[in-house]
Formats: sequence, C-alpha cells, structure tokens
Amino acid sequence: MALLHSTGILLGKELRTELRSRELITTTLVFILLVVVLFSFTFDPTSSESRRFGPGLLWVAFLFAASLMLQPCFLREQMNDTLSALRMSSPDPFAIFLAKLTANTMFLLLTELLMLPIFSVLYNVPILKVFPALLLVLFAGSAGICVTGTAVAAISAQARMRELLLPLLLLPLLTPVLIASTEATAALLAEEPALRLDWVGFLAAFDIVFLTALWLFGEYLLEE
Amino acid sequence: MKKALAAFLVVGLLGIAAYASLFVAPTERTMGDIQRIFYLHMPSAVVAFCAFLVTFVANLLYVFRRQERWDWLGVSAAEVGLAFISVVLITGPIWAHPVWGIWWTWDARLTSTFVLWLLYVSYLLLRTLVEDPHRRALLSAVYGIFAFLDVPLVHMSIRWWRTQHPQPVLMGGPGTGLAPEMKRVLLINFIALVSLMIFLVRERYELEALRAQVDVLRREGEAA
Repeated sequence: MALLHSTGILLGKELRTELRSRELITTTLVFILLVVVLFSFTFDPTSSESRRFGPGLLWVAFLFAASLMLQPCFLREQMNDTLSALRMSSPDPFAIFLAKLTANTMFLLLTELLMLPIFSVLYNVPILKVFPALLLVLFAGSAGICVTGTAVAAISAQARMRELLLPLLLLPLLTPVLIASTEATAALLAEEPALRLDWVGFLAAFDIVFLTALWLFGEYLLEE
Repeated sequence: MKKALAAFLVVGLLGIAAYASLFVAPTERTMGDIQRIFYLHMPSAVVAFCAFLVTFVANLLYVFRRQERWDWLGVSAAEVGLAFISVVLITGPIWAHPVWGIWWTWDARLTSTFVLWLLYVSYLLLRTLVEDPHRRALLSAVYGIFAFLDVPLVHMSIRWWRTQHPQPVLMGGPGTGLAPEMKRVLLINFIALVSLMIFLVRERYELEALRAQVDVLRREGEAA
C-alpha cells in the first residue's frame, strides 16, 4: 500500500514534468514519423507489401524511439542532482522505478496511438476494426520495452557515452519483445485478422519476468 | 611451475582431441570430412553456455556479497564464454557452406546464438565505460543478471517464430544416432575444451585481480 502511495506521488511528478514541456512526446512522435516515412523508400508501399513489412517497421520504429525517449528519465535526475532527494522521498526504491516506468509506458503508448492513424493512412492498412486488440498488443509490448528500458536507463546514466550505450544495452535484451509484438501485430493487420493470444501471453510473461527482476535488483542501481 | 604444468596438460588434451577428431573418428557418410568440425563446434557451444552460467552466478554473488573476487570471476567467465561462442559462430558457417550451400540462415538456433553473443558483447562494453570499480562491478552485475534472464526468452521467442515459418534449408545435422567412435571423440573434445575453459578463466581471473591491484596503487599515487 505504501509502495502504491509513493509510486502515485512520484508518477504525478513525472507526468507534471513532461506536461509542462511536452518535449519528450513531441520529439519522439516526430522521430517515429521520420522513420515511418523513410522506410517507405526502402520497399514498394502497396497494401499487400505493407501488410508484410508494416508491423516490423512499426515496432523497429517504436524500439528505436523508445531507446531515445528513455534517455532523460534518469539522466535528468543526475544532471539536476535530484537523485538523492528522490531516493530519500520514498521508503522503497522500487517505487521510483515503478513511477518512471509507468510514466514512460504512458508516453510511449501515447505516441504510438498518435502514430497509428498516420501509419494506417500512409501505408493503406485498415486498423479501425482491430483497434481494441491492437491496443492490447501495443500495451503489452510497450510495457516490456519500458520495464527493461527504465532499468537500462538507470545503468547507462552512470556510464560514459551514455547516449550511445543505452540502445546498445537495451536492444539485444528486447529481441523477444520485437519478435512477439511484430508477430502479434502482423496477425492483426492480416487480411483475416486474428488475435494471437500466445504471443500476447509471451509478452506478458516477458513483462512479469523483468518487472520481478527490477523489483529484486533495481535498488542496487540507485546506490550512491 | 603449477601453471606451466596445467598449461602443458591443457595443450596436451587439445592435441589429443584434435588428433582424435581428425584421424580417429570415422568419416561421416554423407558430409565427409567437413563433419569433423562438429567435434569442435558443439562442445564449444556447451562450454560457452557453462561459462555464461558461471558469469550469472558470479554476478548474483557480487550483488549480494559485494566481494571483488565475484566481479573478477564474472568478467573472466564472460570473456572466455564470448571467445567460445565466437568459435561456434565461426565454425558454424564453415560447416554450413559446403553442407547447406549457404553460409548463414536465420534459423532458430543460429539466431539465438547470435543474440547471445550480442548480449555479452554489450555486457563487456558496459564494463569499459564505467570508471569507478565498485560502480562498474555493481552495474555490470545487474546487467549480467538481466542478460542471463533474457537468454531463455530469446530462445523461446525465436523458436516459436521460426517453427511457424519453416525454413527451406534442411536442419538434419548429426545430432541423432551418433556412432560409438564419434561419441568417444566428442567426449575427448568435451574434456579438452572444458579444461581449456577452466584454465583460461583462471588466468583471466588472476589478470583481473592484478589489474585491480594496479588500479588501487595508481589511485593512491594520484592521491599522494
């Protein structure tokens, strides 16, 4: 209960910081848009081709965007020397991670939702009918990205070359998420849409494994 | 003296293993002499995985006990494991080209081995980018734990994904029904490579301990 309470307060702080500037969401959105547009030059974006390449393209774009978007979440605290204050504010260091990863998941999900209609129009892939199922896949995948990503951001913020290091550490860890989300999305965007619960279940398992790992080992990443 | 003896023993074992693989083992009926690479390839994969298991245990022990030696063991085993997995990734294509007709295929086992290689490259890269030895030990230990937890997930996701899209290349391989002489040669290779692994990890461990000592002395010198 105490954990949820302090997580709530810290989450409020994260959301307020972002809502004041809105720079994270805007830049991420533009970045994804760029990737999606640039990808259209690499293959013939007809409807059938887009069905084949679209899901992979989308998730690679989300993955790269996330690896940029996750940078500031601990870096900002370090630059402003607020990490110790943050640590003292909560009895459980897991609350800090929980708040940050919830905020990151919300931001990533929001940019994805803003991106989907644009993708659908540009690549001529209808998404309206499968939207609820798609939302489930997006959530499970983004949660996986942000759980591991928040932990890795806490690691990379303490190293040299951190901007480059975060994607290097994060992307190999996320191979299973990329595969599962792409497969689940591809099944939804196919001519005959199907919700692949096995892949969604796999994503949920990934999320749980790393959330547990973060709960067990996260506090060591915040030590002085 | 002891070290020289150990080195002599390891070299001797490797010599016997090489002789057995090249001259004692019977020639495989369909693949011919190229199959002999299997005696190096397969045990290397198992040995690499054992080394990564050692890294994982050392990482856990470091996080909970905070003794430097577990950090040294972790990095030593990871480096040796990476060397062995590189042997696997190099000997694989050498065998595959004449047998399958291609150097590489994105088959489940090949792909997951490659991702494993990438994960541990990232682990070692992280270590080079953190100055403070305690911080480096702690951060890399937590990342190492995350990486190891990721391995079964990577393997599972890639297997599901690839079994659903069967590859045109045959995945026969000499795994099943090995001739008794072949089994014996394989066992000799196993023993030789495991002893090589232990020897290398020990050497690397001592080197890391010396490095840490030098580091302490240098710091003291700078402070004085």
